Parts: sequence; C-alpha cells; structure tokens
Amino acid sequence: MTESIKTLKQLEDIKKAYLDAQEKYDYIVYVCGGAGCVAAKCDLVRTTLLAETEKAGIGGKVSVIQTGCMGTCAIGPVMLVTPGNIFYTELNAAKIKTIVSEHLVNGNVVEEYTFFDAALQKHVPKMDDINFFKKQVKIALRNCGAMAYDDITAYIARDGYQAAYTALTELSPQKVVDEVKASGLRGRGGAGFPTGIKWQAAHDQKAEQKYMVCNADEGDPGAFMDRSILDGDPHSVVEGMLLGGYAIGASIGYIYIRAEYPVAIERIGEAIDQARKYGILGKDIFGSGFDFDLEIRMGAGVYVCGEETALMASIEGHRGEPRQKPPLPFQSGLFGCPTNINNVETLANIPAIVKNGGKWYAQYGIEDSKGTKVFALAGDVVMTGIVEVPIGMTMREIIFDICGGIPNGKKIKAVQSGGPSGGVVTEIDLDTPTDYKSLQQLGAIMGSGILIVMNEDTCMVDSARYFMEFTREESCGKCNACRLGTKRMLEILERIVDGEGEEGDVELLEELCEVIANTSLCGLGQTAPNAVMSTIRYFREEYDEHIRDGICRAGVCFTDHDKKAYPQRLRGRVL
Amino acid sequence: MDGKTGTARVNGCGVCSQESFDEIGNIIDLYKGKEGSLIQVLHKAQEIYGYLPLELQSFIADGLGKSLSEVSGVVTFYPFFKTKPHGRHTISICMGTACYVRGGKKLVETLQELLGIQVGETTEDGMFTFVVERCIGACGLAPAIMVDDTVYREVDEEMLRAIIEKYRKEEVSKS
Repeated sequence: MTESIKTLKQLEDIKKAYLDAQEKYDYIVYVCGGAGCVAAKCDLVRTTLLAETEKAGIGGKVSVIQTGCMGTCAIGPVMLVTPGNIFYTELNAAKIKTIVSEHLVNGNVVEEYTFFDAALQKHVPKMDDINFFKKQVKIALRNCGAMAYDDITAYIARDGYQAAYTALTELSPQKVVDEVKASGLRGRGGAGFPTGIKWQAAHDQKAEQKYMVCNADEGDPGAFMDRSILDGDPHSVVEGMLLGGYAIGASIGYIYIRAEYPVAIERIGEAIDQARKYGILGKDIFGSGFDFDLEIRMGAGVYVCGEETALMASIEGHRGEPRQKPPLPFQSGLFGCPTNINNVETLANIPAIVKNGGKWYAQYGIEDSKGTKVFALAGDVVMTGIVEVPIGMTMREIIFDICGGIPNGKKIKAVQSGGPSGGVVTEIDLDTPTDYKSLQQLGAIMGSGILIVMNEDTCMVDSARYFMEFTREESCGKCNACRLGTKRMLEILERIVDGEGEEGDVELLEELCEVIANTSLCGLGQTAPNAVMSTIRYFREEYDEHIRDGICRAGVCFTDHDKKAYPQRLRGRVL
Repeated sequence: MDGKTGTARVNGCGVCSQESFDEIGNIIDLYKGKEGSLIQVLHKAQEIYGYLPLELQSFIADGLGKSLSEVSGVVTFYPFFKTKPHGRHTISICMGTACYVRGGKKLVETLQELLGIQVGETTEDGMFTFVVERCIGACGLAPAIMVDDTVYREVDEEMLRAIIEKYRKEEVSKS
C-alpha cells in the first residue's frame, strides 16, 4: 500500500526519485500515443524501439516513454529524442531500426527522418526550431506529449499536485478563488464566462452539500482538444477538480465524459485510482482535513448534454434535456445543490494558475481575453492537430505560420470557427485577433477552439446545410423554436442545394434565424442559426447563384450525392 | 415491485441467459437506492448484453423501482443505447466537419454499395453494422472511420474496400 502524501517533502522525494531514475539513461525517447498516432500504429513504433534497443545492447540506456498528444496529428507516428530534442516524424519499423543504430548507438541524428517543413522545403530536426512548436505557449497542454500519461509520479516530477498541496495546506478557499479571478481565465468550453466569478458565486453559497462538475462532453464536431488533455494529462484535470472543490467547498466531483471517448474514460479512471492510492483524493487530503473524491459519469451520445442544465439532468439519470435558467447551477444545480461546472481545458489551466499565480497567467493574452487557448486545426490545412497559443494571435499566424498553410496549392476560402454554434471567417478577416470579442464581431465565435480550414472546393451553402442538419438532429425537441425551426431551416437549405431553391428563400432563412435565436430555451437553439447567418453574411452571392443560376461554384451541389448518401438522414443510431 | 416479474420477462427474451440475468441483477442491487444511477445501470447492461431489448428495460425498471416508461424514455433519448443487436463488427464513418469536408460523404456512398445496406442497418450475415458518427474526435486524421474500437485514418474508397476485405477474410479463416 502506498503511503498517503501528507507533506511537501513526500512530493519532493517522489519528484527526485523519478528524475534521478531518468538521469541514468543516455537517451529518453518520448513516443506520441495521442489518438492520431495510435491510429497511425505508434504501438508498433514503441515495440520496435524496445526490441531494437535491446538487440543493440543499449536497452538499459534508453528510456522509452509513451506520452499523450504532441499536437502534430498529420505526421504521426512521431517521437522526440532527448537530449537534443530531435523530432522524428512519420515513423515505421524500418525507420526505427535506422534511428536506433545511427542515433541511439552512434549518436548521429538521422536528419532525413526528422520533421520536414513543407514551406521551407527542408528538414528541421530540433523541436525548438520547428515553426509549429516555436510560436506556441503551452499551459493547458504543458504536460501533453511531454510525459507518461499513465504515471502519477511523472506528473509529480513535473511539479504536479504542488498547487493542490499549497492550496489545501496554506491558502484559504477565498484566496484560491482570488487567484483564479486575477488570472482572467474565461471558460474554455465555449461561452467564455469568467471562471473566477463563477467560482466566487459557488463559494458564497451556503449549503451542506455542493458539487463540482467537469464537463468532458466534447461534442462539437471538429473539437478534440479536451480529448487530448484527458488522454495525455488526466492528472491535470484531477488536480483542477480538487482545487475547484476546495475553492467552492464541494466534497464530491463528477466528470461527465462522452461515451465516444473510451480511451479518455479509461485514462481518467486510472488517474483517479492513482490519486486515491496516494491519498490525493479521499479523506483528509494532505492532512488538511479537506475531503474530496471524484466519480466518472458516462454520456450516451447526446450533443445537447454538453449544455450545463442538460448535463446535470443526465448525471441525475434522466433524459438530458435543458431547462430554463435561472436558477443557475450555482444556486440550484445537481440534485438541487449548488454546483460549479467547468470544462476540461479550463480545469487543466487551474493547477498552473494556482501554482504560478493569477498575475503570471494574465501576462498572456490581451485585455479582456487573458491567457492561452487551445485550438484544434482540421480540414484543408497542412498541419492538422492541436496548438496552444496566447489569445489574440491572428488566425493567419495560426494557420499559415504555425500550421503551414493550405495544402495542394489551393486557396483558403473560409475558416469555420466555433463549430455548429459558430460562423465563418473569410480571407480578408484573417488578421483579426482570435479573441472572444473580435470573433463575435465577425459573426463567428471562439467557442471551444475549433478551426476548420476550408479551401475553394468547399460550398458554403452546403456547409451551412451540414451544420443545420447537425443541430436539427441534436435538437432535443423540448422547445418549439428549436425543434420545428431547425427542421424548417434544414428543409429550405436542402431545397437550395438540390437546385430547387426559390426567390425569397434567403429572406425566409434570415427571418427564421432571428426567431430561433431569440426564442429557443438553451444555447443549442439560440446559436443554431449562426452557421447560416454567417454564411449569408459573407457568401450571399453563393446562395443567389444556387437559387437563380443553378450554379455551385465549388462543384459540390446539384449531384444526387446527398440523396444517395443520406437516404434516411440519420446518424449513428440503430433503433 | 418484486424481482419475479422481472425474471419472467427476462426469460422471455430470446438472447438473455439466466447467468447474465444474474449479472444484471447484481449490478442493480449495487446501484439500488443511489440517486441518479439509471444511466450507469443501462451502460453496464449494454456492456453485458450488447443491446437493451424491451424485456431488459422492463427488468431494470422493476429492479430500480422505476416505471418502464421512464427507463424507456431514457434509453430512446440517448443514441448510444441500442435496442437492436449489432453485427459482429460495427463500422462507423465519421461525419464530423473535418471528415465531411474531406470526403466522408463519398465513403458513406461507397460503403452502402460495398455492403448493400443503408446507414443504421446490419448485413444479412450479421457481420457488419453500418453507422454514421457525428465526430469521433480524430479530426486531424480526416476522413476517419472506426471499425469497432480501431480508428483508420485518411481513408479513401480503395482503403475502405481493403478494410472490409480484411475483416471478411479474418472471418473466413476463423471458421
């Protein structure tokens, strides 16, 4: 039985023991085990690496560590060799054999297998020199890809649980809330509500029982930042929850995680078990007298359960339908008790904020959007994957400087920002800073940080139809505006992409948009028209071309593609 | 409600054996009286049975002291819960935004042709169930598909054919 941690010295001893053990190796090889690399068979890379180093007689001198996502999903499997920070990409067994004999045995970097910068047309072996990594500031992702995801001692060796220790033994709950307030951190799940204010409200409630909830129901199509954190650094989320629980006075925390993420569920479960073993969850944590424990609740494939009132209904075992607010969750939440709900990425920032201070965090970002934000890049962009940058960086910098621009010599047409609740940003606005306010002014949103890059082969009317189909499917049906409105809008959009659009359809869509946005019960309905409004705003001529001239300039519509592909317009369910 | 009613109902279900019924019963006992446990019990039940036929829903309702309408209401609200059995392999084509703009739509068509079934159906031999997912969080690998728990990245029509072929061959060699 592991000894419960009661003193700072115990934490420091664990850290020292871990670092000393790593010191003994000549090389430490970090193999990315993020979802992208798993799909690219990184396991083969790891086993080959182990077998080859053993064969070369250097098995005892090389430590092979499987990490969470390093962010470069497009070029997996990848690995990082230290010392030297040499970044190898697109690995396979044959390449590993060469790398072992050349690099790990003879000390010569195999440059041709290292990262290839397509824009510069050359290999850039060192991670620190690669544009993709150079401009990033990793706070929420500080441990992702940099340590073993499944080892609490590795987390402690990177100063994990130190913030929790200090908070529980030295700081008052109010002081923890104050630090979070000072950081200027805003909810990273989408709405961007200031986290400190939320915590203060929950802290100030007088109640026997309060709850802390982690919203890990990352349902926006195109979002995989929370998944990367849960897969790659689950202990950060556990520590964030513990700190939140302490700050607001909750003794139980729930992590509500979607069933589509079985790996994340397993890893966060293991992290909770490990934390319990070390006495970091449970009774009298760090000898402070504070009790806190975590439970996992699995979602079951409903998008609207990411909405906080629906999420709570689902934890309570009911149909996950949203309800009217107020009362807000901090007044009457889970089982009628004061409840504080934060998103995964928000929580992953908390330990770093409490450890380094709110002011430290607030040095990043811009005026009313402090800190860093994780973005998930997908679509027509060279480096699809995950990046974390100071808020306020322009979209152009993110897409072109960090992620290498658009592949195959195509032109960028739009960036879809914020998923189904968001909108598009066009080429001329790419120099706008990506912060909450600026994006909103453009009719897009920061949301959870999705950036889907679309090239000229994407039809904007069809993309609006796609998002409307999504929200229509996911509308829970409780309120009329959303249930009927999204259906009518989808019908009109389908008509237009099928070549049967009529004069006045766009105006009708605009009218429906306004009514649905103003009269829906929850965020899903209120934001459902955004994708349509935004595409009408920037690409009205494409709607007109479809309706008047029967032209789809992207060549996507007017085939019977859709009819064949969606005979029943249904998603992954079998009744 | 007493457990006997449940027993009778479950025995009437074609796929449920007495042993697995015991397993569900034990899980219900474990969760009984705990607030908000219905969805957890349903997850466990689906793990054991593979799906949640009405008989099983009824048994769970009895066990937890809830009405069948409440249980059924929850089961049918969440698409993750299945009320019909799946094939031996489930092929999910991701239709998240990234996969959609990079050709997921074509994959749906191709798979329909390859398997001769529509989205949501199971092949006659019970080998494949074909579903479409909203987003499997593998957007960096678009278009992606999943066969059971395995993710395949940047799939094109040819690859899709090869993947299906692979599973069919495995099945033949097994038998």
